[in-house]
Amino acid sequence: MPYLLRRLGHAVFLLIGVSVLAFLFTVLAPGNYFDEMRLNPQIAPETISALRTQYELDRPLPVRYAHWVSSVLRGDMGFSFAYNSPVAPLLLVRARNTLLLTATAMLLAWGIALPLGVWSAEHQGAASDRLVSSGTAALMVIPDLALALGLLVIAVKSRWFPAGGMVSLHFESLSFIGKFRDLLLHMALPVAALVLSVLPLLVRHVRAAVADVLDAPFLLAAEGHGVPRRTLLYRYALPAAANPLISLMGFSVGTLLSGSLLVEVVMSWPGVGPFLLEAILARDLYVVIGGVLLSTLFLVGGNFLADLLLYWADPRIRTEAGI
Amino acid sequence: MGPILEVRDLQVAYRSRGGDLFRAVDGISFCLESGEVLGVLGESGSGKSTLAVSLLRLFRRNSVVVSGAVLFDGRDLLKAEPRELQAIRGKNISLIFQEPSVALHPTMRVGQQVRQILDAHGMGNRGELVRRTREVFEALFGEEAERIARSYPHQISGGQRQRVLIAQAIACRPSVLVADEPTASLDPTTQMEILDVFRGLRTSLGLTMIFITHSPALLSGFADRILVLYGGRVAELGVASEVLVSPKHPYTQALFRSIPPLDEPHDGGKKILPAIPRDSNLSSGPRAGCPFEPRCPERMDICKSENPGLVNLSKSHLVSCFRYENQ
Amino acid sequence: MSAAGQDKNMQPLLDVKNLVKTYSRKRLTGPREEVRALDGVSFSIFRGTTLAIVGESGSGKSTLAFCLAFLEKPTSGIIRFEEKDMLQLGEKDLRTIRPKIQLIFQDPAGSFNPRWKVFQILIEPLALQGNLSREEMRSRARGLLEQVGLSSDMEEKLPSELSGGQRQRLAIARALMLEPKLLILDEALSALDCSVQAQIANLLVELQSSRGMTYLFITHDMAMAAHVADEIAVMSKGRIVEHSPPDKILKQPQTAITRELLAAVPRLDSGRPQVPES
Repeated sequence: MPYLLRRLGHAVFLLIGVSVLAFLFTVLAPGNYFDEMRLNPQIAPETISALRTQYELDRPLPVRYAHWVSSVLRGDMGFSFAYNSPVAPLLLVRARNTLLLTATAMLLAWGIALPLGVWSAEHQGAASDRLVSSGTAALMVIPDLALALGLLVIAVKSRWFPAGGMVSLHFESLSFIGKFRDLLLHMALPVAALVLSVLPLLVRHVRAAVADVLDAPFLLAAEGHGVPRRTLLYRYALPAAANPLISLMGFSVGTLLSGSLLVEVVMSWPGVGPFLLEAILARDLYVVIGGVLLSTLFLVGGNFLADLLLYWADPRIRTEAGI
Repeated sequence: MGPILEVRDLQVAYRSRGGDLFRAVDGISFCLESGEVLGVLGESGSGKSTLAVSLLRLFRRNSVVVSGAVLFDGRDLLKAEPRELQAIRGKNISLIFQEPSVALHPTMRVGQQVRQILDAHGMGNRGELVRRTREVFEALFGEEAERIARSYPHQISGGQRQRVLIAQAIACRPSVLVADEPTASLDPTTQMEILDVFRGLRTSLGLTMIFITHSPALLSGFADRILVLYGGRVAELGVASEVLVSPKHPYTQALFRSIPPLDEPHDGGKKILPAIPRDSNLSSGPRAGCPFEPRCPERMDICKSENPGLVNLSKSHLVSCFRYENQ
Repeated sequence: MSAAGQDKNMQPLLDVKNLVKTYSRKRLTGPREEVRALDGVSFSIFRGTTLAIVGESGSGKSTLAFCLAFLEKPTSGIIRFEEKDMLQLGEKDLRTIRPKIQLIFQDPAGSFNPRWKVFQILIEPLALQGNLSREEMRSRARGLLEQVGLSSDMEEKLPSELSGGQRQRLAIARALMLEPKLLILDEALSALDCSVQAQIANLLVELQSSRGMTYLFITHDMAMAAHVADEIAVMSKGRIVEHSPPDKILKQPQTAITRELLAAVPRLDSGRPQVPES
């Protein structure tokens, strides 16, 4: 318990720290939203300064930060200059879109990586294992951008998949099944791109972790007691190899919001990535900070989840921590 | 009634990464009679642990070259189908590994580790499994059975871990139990307790046992016969009382001499123990001659070039040494 | 009792008085948990002699070894080495004394860098001191290899290529590189085969007579202790419960613990061993 409380404390501390830094960096970066406006001779300087006051751009930093924190805790993430509307609803919609992609990709990737890695570890050194190794190595070498673009080309050439976007133009007019199918078709390629980019790393990690354990005496001992092969692999080897994999899973969860930027941009998926990119270029302060904070929340949360899982899965950690 | 287990000219060699062949077991043959305790006496490099895993064909991944036969219940285990083998392991023949601290799964409760074995051999539905597990733990731990069964390996002592290994081995009531150095890492008093456990099991379960150790004294008053191994070969095989009291093979004699006796006089000056000179540096490659020859105080010319076969000194005592060839 | 020319007027090499070591653990609820690993241990060892500490696991014998080798700081007590009070010395003075007390573990494999060759392992302690030239270190290393019974062609081998007995010889050679006065052997023979134990025990006895080494021999094997030691101290629960020469311990054990340890020695002659009642 004290262990978990400490980990929670770390997480909260991190969040606060990141929020401060994000706020500082964005504010201190040269230029603000209104600089562009100043170059426009048609807008009077008084209007600009009035707008600046309205958005509190002339108050001291700590004050602005404090105001911002208290608002965020109330669910109000500030105001987007570019969209002229509150940040929270904009960001959350985009986040939902991103999560749709990344959560699916993550489940698929792990779902393939676990059995493939276990199977590969079991057949260490054999031709099949070497095939998997070289396959994953090749995939790792191909840049994510190339993967995404390649898939896009396939989409365009084959016309089986839509070439971008999340839903078709006539989405609203479709039946429920139709909507489902439409979404699925649009998701297929981005999810494929994400899975292909993250799968090789996962497979290699699973294979390495399991291969390590396969040589352990307790596994041989269990085999000597007549425990069948399947049980040995999935109820003995995999749990024993779980520790590094749980940490990796925490990291996977952590990058759910941030890892798909490239794919989203290339495939025109209306997610957090492109939205955030746009906001940075436009110096849309509160969108940027909001986006960073949300991503950090996921990252820190993912790590904390991994800590929780480790605590539950490995009794040795529980004992060290004093239960 | 024939022997319950018979090993015929077992040869096991490991292929190292360089391609060299290391002969861990170089022609071992013996019979195991039903109900007896056979002590296997051997030091590092003698092939004792390889012998233990060979009985159940439990080799690790690196390439292994095996020949010979292990006959059990009319079948040669070295040639049996995997399914047959899996049914025998843990159920008819059980192996207790060395080093209890690494022979148990680190993140599974020890009760569960016993239940898994019962489950693997189809010993009943869930209720049955729980009941049988409890029985085994109660037999080995008495009052503490419940608490121990719920513990993880790192939460219990070395002696308790050893008892868990025993629990795993006897859960399915095997007929043969092979124990590889079961007392090696334990305190002396715990060692004695574990030996008593084995004695008790022998009578209560009618077990036939193979007890592997490097310490001859542990076999005294426990083993019926003793098989002495050196360099992957049988050096001596005979009734325990004979082998312990009047060993015939030069290695066995030298081994016994090198143990500090408890009742030697301690009147000033420290005695040098008559230790066996040099190391048992057993290299790979085919070995001509007796493996003990380089260190043998009684070696002869022929020992270098030819391998002595087993000679019958009496009906119950065999030695493999040229000194006894003409007797 | 005579042992290696002990002069009654000479001061002991190592004098330990009332050594206490407590480990405490903070808990979230309830009182602080305290474990007394050493509960007032006192003894002395004279130059050129061997004191065996016999006990089971949990008796505190390994804690004692670590405290004497300065790997742990005792909670209280006095450790007097060559008549200097060790616990009062500063870091700088301690650094000159440390090489004189060396520790040999049960499992040397853990204390060797698996990627270093034998030669490098031997040189390391001296290289850290920085006093000798490379040539001098090399010749000392070669000399010691020979003294412990390892051939010079072992220099280029890795620890994994050596047998258990060879590794212990290497551990002893490495310890001797610093020319220590006291060797603490913490269960150094326990993991070895019977015949190898005899070899290493002989080596230790030989080194004692040729170099005047002093040993603190920690073990749970009463028979080996009786064989190598001039005096035996039996430890239980952090205390020394009995301290006598081997003859007396074997023939007239005074405490239950000693009798238990004697009874647990497996005997070659058939049946359970006879232990004299006190």
